[in-house]
Amino acid sequence: MKLAAFKAAAVALVLAVSPASAQDRLLNVSYDVSRELFEKLNPVFAQAWKAQSGRDVTIEQSHAGSSKQARSILEGLPADVVTFNQETDVEMLAKGGMVAEDWRAAFPNNASPYYSMPAFLVREGNPKNINNWSDLARDDVQVVFPNPRTSGNGRYTYLAAYAFALRENGGDAEAAQAFVRKIMENVPVFDTGGRAATQTFVEREIGDVLVTFETETRQIAAQYADRGLVAVTPPVSLFSAFPVAVVTENTDRNGTTELATAYLNWLYSPEAQRILAENGNRVNDETVKAEFADKFPQVELLTVEDVFGGWDKIQSEHLAVGGILDKVFVNR
Amino acid sequence: MTRALLIGLAVVTTAIFVVVPLVYIFVQALGAGWSAYAANIMHPLTLHAIWMTTLVAVIVVPVTVAFGIGAAWLLSKFQFRGRGLLITLIELPFSISPIIAGICYLLLYGRQGWLGGFLARHDLDVLFALPGIVMVTMFVTTPFVVREVLPLMQAQGSDQEQAAVTLGASGWQLFRRVTLPNIRWALLYGAVLATARAVGEYGGVAIVSGSIRGKTNTLPLHVELLFNDLNAAGAFAAATVLTMIALVVLVAKTVLEHRR
Repeated sequence: MKLAAFKAAAVALVLAVSPASAQDRLLNVSYDVSRELFEKLNPVFAQAWKAQSGRDVTIEQSHAGSSKQARSILEGLPADVVTFNQETDVEMLAKGGMVAEDWRAAFPNNASPYYSMPAFLVREGNPKNINNWSDLARDDVQVVFPNPRTSGNGRYTYLAAYAFALRENGGDAEAAQAFVRKIMENVPVFDTGGRAATQTFVEREIGDVLVTFETETRQIAAQYADRGLVAVTPPVSLFSAFPVAVVTENTDRNGTTELATAYLNWLYSPEAQRILAENGNRVNDETVKAEFADKFPQVELLTVEDVFGGWDKIQSEHLAVGGILDKVFVNR
Repeated sequence: MTRALLIGLAVVTTAIFVVVPLVYIFVQALGAGWSAYAANIMHPLTLHAIWMTTLVAVIVVPVTVAFGIGAAWLLSKFQFRGRGLLITLIELPFSISPIIAGICYLLLYGRQGWLGGFLARHDLDVLFALPGIVMVTMFVTTPFVVREVLPLMQAQGSDQEQAAVTLGASGWQLFRRVTLPNIRWALLYGAVLATARAVGEYGGVAIVSGSIRGKTNTLPLHVELLFNDLNAAGAFAAATVLTMIALVVLVAKTVLEHRR
């Protein structure tokens, strides 16, 4: 009897979470820390889609590190769209024939509906007065960010510091390397990922400053409001794209190309941009930008293309074995 | 004196490594009160993760038991070439990290894998769907029942079975009336261990699941997902479910150890 009741409950549960097949459905494969963001976005899109097409849509979400996600899609994870935080991972899908070669041209702003940049999170009252990248190289400052070898987040931090130093020193690569090495020496522990680094900084209370994406600094500060952590955006940083793409190889088969395209286009609409901005992401929509102007301080953004000549060059000059990262990442 | 010291050391070690973290899970989960805790557990996606984990265990454990009985029977009653090799192979999952199994399955059944093209042509979902999760979990749990039952069967020999055959018992009668009663506690013990392992499996499943929420997300994966969200209360609430399953298993195991 009990078993029967359990079975009934289980069946009800399955029915409740896997709606009838008459509905449109879309699988959005995303990076590891975007769950709450899309939990807010998806129901609003569902309403918009209903109004536009008269059809119901269920959006399923998968979250993990975006490199792992790209790998899974290549092996058959049936993603209709990807919303990633690393361009290189979309590039991997393009090389594997899952995504159009010219995916950057398919949507505005190089297919990046929102963006961010490495920024700082400091202790209550900013006691060490940390406001710019040069402060991270001071002898009295301990810096926390994840390992640039294993974490895309850490890689952006490394590149942002390097780009800052290049600019400060008029393009002198030697000086830039010395500067980044100094910051690396100020890191007491390199965690493998962004969340572990957050734990180190917040829960274990190690370090004076955590470096992570601006959107993350705000979410962490809000989550641990009782700690009084302060999000600080430096005056200069590195543009970090959050690229999106339709996985055409799958949508052609699923007949979801139109829906997938509509979903990603909708991310550029004012109502979506507002939700994105509310969650600490920078957006391009002029109206929404004006609404949130006082929330986002002015920042001069350098780009991977301008400073480094693109991701391929970063790979060969910085990240490859024996590259610049290996030189400045000593004794680790 | 030495004895007291050793006991003290054992207690302190257990407290540090087991008791304190366990208590901490419940403290954190209930930190925001019972209603917040209940809301976290009753979240549809958390419920679905609980259901997925239950479903996987419900499929995997009976197969492990059936396989365990069959393999133990074969290995204890018959001598044949390659017997030692077979035992080693069956026990291999104990020494291989589940993540290796996950990657092997990914490379074998994936779209770019050996069998991937065949599966795709016939619209068979293995990876990133229930079958893949079940298969990886099965890989991890296979040795548990065999390991418990085999030594017992070997120790008992086949005298009773021979006697039953002499008295005219059929194969099924032999199994049901003689073999099974002899091994039942070991069998249950193995099944309990396999359940615990199936429920807690993370590494291999993480590779083949695709972590689609409300579809292929198991409870351990869900805990990590919530943790990544900075949703510590939700993560700890989901973790208490896993912990309680583990505690039930522990009690079952202790009871069975006495009965054995």
